[in-house]
Amino acid sequence: MSTIARKKGVGAVLWDYLTTVDHKKIAHLYLISGGIFFLLGGLEALFIRIQLAKPNNDFLVGGLYNEVLTMHGTTMIFLAAMPLVFAFMNAVVPLQIGARDVAFPFLNALGFWLFFFGGVFLNCSWFLGGAPDAGWTSYASLALDSKAHHGVDFYTLGLQISGLGTLIGGINFLVTIINMRAPGMTFMRMPMFTWATFVTSALILFAFPPLTVGLIFLMMDRLFGGNFFNPAAGGNTIIWEHLFWVFGHPEVYILVLPAFGIFSEIFATFSRKRLFGYSSMVFATVLIAFLGFMVWAHHMFTVGMGPIANAIFSVATMTIAVPTGIKIFNWLFTMWGGSIKFTTPMHYAVAFIPSFVMGGVTGVMLAAAAADYQYHDSYFVVAHFHYVIVGGVVFALLAGTHYWWPKMFGRMLNETLGKITFWLFFIGFHLTFFIQHFLGLMGMPRRVFTFLPGQGLETGNFISTVGAFFMAAATVVLLINIVISVKGEKAPADAWGDGRTLEWAIASPPPVYNFAQLPLVRGLDPLWLEKMEGKKELTPAEPLGDIHMPNSSFLPFIMSFGLFVAAFGFTYHQETAWGLPVGILGLLITFGSMFLRSVIDDHGFHIHKEEVLELEKKGANA
Amino acid sequence: MKKGLRNWRLFSLFGMMALLLAGCGKPFLSTLQPAGEVANMQYSLMLLSTSIMVLVIVVVAIIFVYVVIRFRRRKGEENKIPKQVEGNHKLEIIWTVIPIILLLILAVPTVAATFKLADVKPMNDKNRDKDTVVVNVRANLYWWEFEYPDYGIITSQDLVVPTNEKVYFNLVASDVKHSFWIPAVGGKIDTNTDNKNQFWLVFDQKATDKAGGVFYGKCAELCGPSHALMDFKVRPLPRAEFDAWVEKMQKAENPVVTDPVAKQGEEIFNKSCIGCHAVSPVDNRPEQARTAPNLAGFADRERIAGILEHNEENLKRWLKDPEGVKPGNKMTGTYGQLTEEQLDALTKYLMSLKVE
Repeated sequence: MSTIARKKGVGAVLWDYLTTVDHKKIAHLYLISGGIFFLLGGLEALFIRIQLAKPNNDFLVGGLYNEVLTMHGTTMIFLAAMPLVFAFMNAVVPLQIGARDVAFPFLNALGFWLFFFGGVFLNCSWFLGGAPDAGWTSYASLALDSKAHHGVDFYTLGLQISGLGTLIGGINFLVTIINMRAPGMTFMRMPMFTWATFVTSALILFAFPPLTVGLIFLMMDRLFGGNFFNPAAGGNTIIWEHLFWVFGHPEVYILVLPAFGIFSEIFATFSRKRLFGYSSMVFATVLIAFLGFMVWAHHMFTVGMGPIANAIFSVATMTIAVPTGIKIFNWLFTMWGGSIKFTTPMHYAVAFIPSFVMGGVTGVMLAAAAADYQYHDSYFVVAHFHYVIVGGVVFALLAGTHYWWPKMFGRMLNETLGKITFWLFFIGFHLTFFIQHFLGLMGMPRRVFTFLPGQGLETGNFISTVGAFFMAAATVVLLINIVISVKGEKAPADAWGDGRTLEWAIASPPPVYNFAQLPLVRGLDPLWLEKMEGKKELTPAEPLGDIHMPNSSFLPFIMSFGLFVAAFGFTYHQETAWGLPVGILGLLITFGSMFLRSVIDDHGFHIHKEEVLELEKKGANA
Repeated sequence: MKKGLRNWRLFSLFGMMALLLAGCGKPFLSTLQPAGEVANMQYSLMLLSTSIMVLVIVVVAIIFVYVVIRFRRRKGEENKIPKQVEGNHKLEIIWTVIPIILLLILAVPTVAATFKLADVKPMNDKNRDKDTVVVNVRANLYWWEFEYPDYGIITSQDLVVPTNEKVYFNLVASDVKHSFWIPAVGGKIDTNTDNKNQFWLVFDQKATDKAGGVFYGKCAELCGPSHALMDFKVRPLPRAEFDAWVEKMQKAENPVVTDPVAKQGEEIFNKSCIGCHAVSPVDNRPEQARTAPNLAGFADRERIAGILEHNEENLKRWLKDPEGVKPGNKMTGTYGQLTEEQLDALTKYLMSLKVE
């Protein structure tokens, strides 16, 4: 937290965060709320593993198990991984491109609060009858059959709200990266993480609308008498599967491309080498994103699409292995000939390579349609996507947390504790998921709340449960590390000493305006270039002057809160009299605050040159 | 000569993989102990893809280990600045082209197998051979119905099929989406609420003997609270025995009960159960009316409710508290509380339902 914030009272800090439009503080908000949801999803995972520790266990049975399973998946993907990725995008991308903020700071705040209220709404279901229980994929026939409580309605409405936030965030980053780059920061000089963010944002722009359409159909069917998924009335449930996976497969890349970006930064930094094959890395990223939209139906090989569709999607899916392989070898050759320093983030990056390769090769195996008939919906698939998402995305998020923590909060995390976290997590991860490949091949379907004795599945499941506890222990150590970091070592601007990109050129944490003078970028890894020429600072591209800043606003919070209220109203509008009025009231709050936003002129304010100079002096002394 | 060498290498790799994988799982459940043409085809694709992938992993691992050990920053190298390399076109072309070749090696048999597995022409032939066995599978919330349209008989939970020949399936779901999977015999196919799917399987006689005469079938698509318990069993029989079974089923009349206790049970059954459950394999009602498993030959079933060991005690447990055995099932609450006496009578009756 900045020096100014520390002097304020708790109430003032809270108000500051509720109204902030500063990308750095929004990053904190994303990190904290994403982190809390990550803990929640992790707890749900532990419950799942406890239930499956032995055959015929009765810890979590039937419908309740399905609720926990659904919420584990939904929480981890939408409420943990996505916001944590957004946390790093917000914290780092404006700094990496040499900008003072994102293109639309107000929208940035709105995106966060929409995500936040969507997530809170979804989790309210636990206390209001029951959570969604149709799986995170919420296949239509089951979702419509789930009538015991409003769980699935919380899913459709909650995800619509938070999905809107994600879409807004994605558009914001597209515009930011296109328009706000510092002088000289051409596209082919952008750091890999910025490239990943750019491509990911494009994916979000195209992938989220199909999900929204599907969710609206499902909401119509459940709450407003629609028949989109009712075969008896001419509807079709397979349409849901297509809509969901047209979103769902690119979603995998929405998560994993930023992970690739994070690792690219870490490999280059701690190998003290420029990223090997930078242009082919960019090309591979774009290609993965493009192909990511061409392969969704490989999630549906057993639906009965026929051999032609299956064969086409099978081969298309395999081709993704090529650009991904290019990336793996480029990372290996970035380290080749380098001077590798094994910091905590580098531990994750190095461990990521074999872990992710494992997940990648099982991906190719799954792509072989005829063989997939065996893997599909078995624990083999569970093992595969956890290898990709945990071994890829979660490793990256943990690496990014350790790597950018000093930049975000101005304090170093403890390296010893960091390495303990890493080893516990790494061992736990492989212990949990490696054996699951074999459980699947041995005939264990996924999403089962129990298994019967005598089918050869006992040992594997027990080992898997033990592994989960290692990961839980790792998370506890990480939390301890975070708590004690408040009194930890202060981080200098170039916190790791080997920084290459622009974010390491300014104070940790950066001043509110980021760059007192926008830098002139003269090549890839601009800070490294300057350092190699013996300079300590960037070459400025503009004279020191007044800096224009946006005003804080409470409206994003209110707008999102309105939708939160509306969602409650519409969920209960069928059986209660208050439902519809509350729904309309919520929409009025949202549209009312949008109206206010349109009519109130907000020109922002200026930080004057003298203040900037003073702050810079303070920052240099701190 | 060179080609022979390469084949030999591939063969030994295959052999090792097969040995490694065969130790896994039970013969009645595991995909790694394939029990028929379909599972065999899929198993060899698994072996092929696993071999290629192990090759990839080995290459990556060698480079990885070398790099991580060789290039770590040692003491006294704190100020070393390595050469900044931009890239290497030759290398980049190599690691683009080689994966493409590996994928082609995998893609060709994959596409061929995909088409072969989808070939259901013989079952749709207008004048199909009387010997071609076709089974209509209907998946319901936590139970399976198997109808033999050519023989006019219906059974549930236990699928009976002839060995060593192609058996064709029509598959639908009547409530929510399920998925039909007999892991040891072949990959799954979904039962949809919107359309009919078709595929075929072969049940190998030797593998059947090894598995003890019964394969385990599973529902592979999340379908509600008791998804985990939606099991079924498969009893493959040699063709002659299968034909005999069909004939017995066709001739089975409504069961005649003589025992007085069972007689009492029949009365209870006729009052409370017969609206949903049929007891004769010849059931001419439309499928919408068949809302519960057909109980013909119930005494010879493999399991109670698809999961419990088949004995009287478990049958009573199931009848007394269906919800406790299979949460979310459709039988809960369709009849009143049964007294111990009624339970005994009903059990006696159900256990007398044989097709002989």
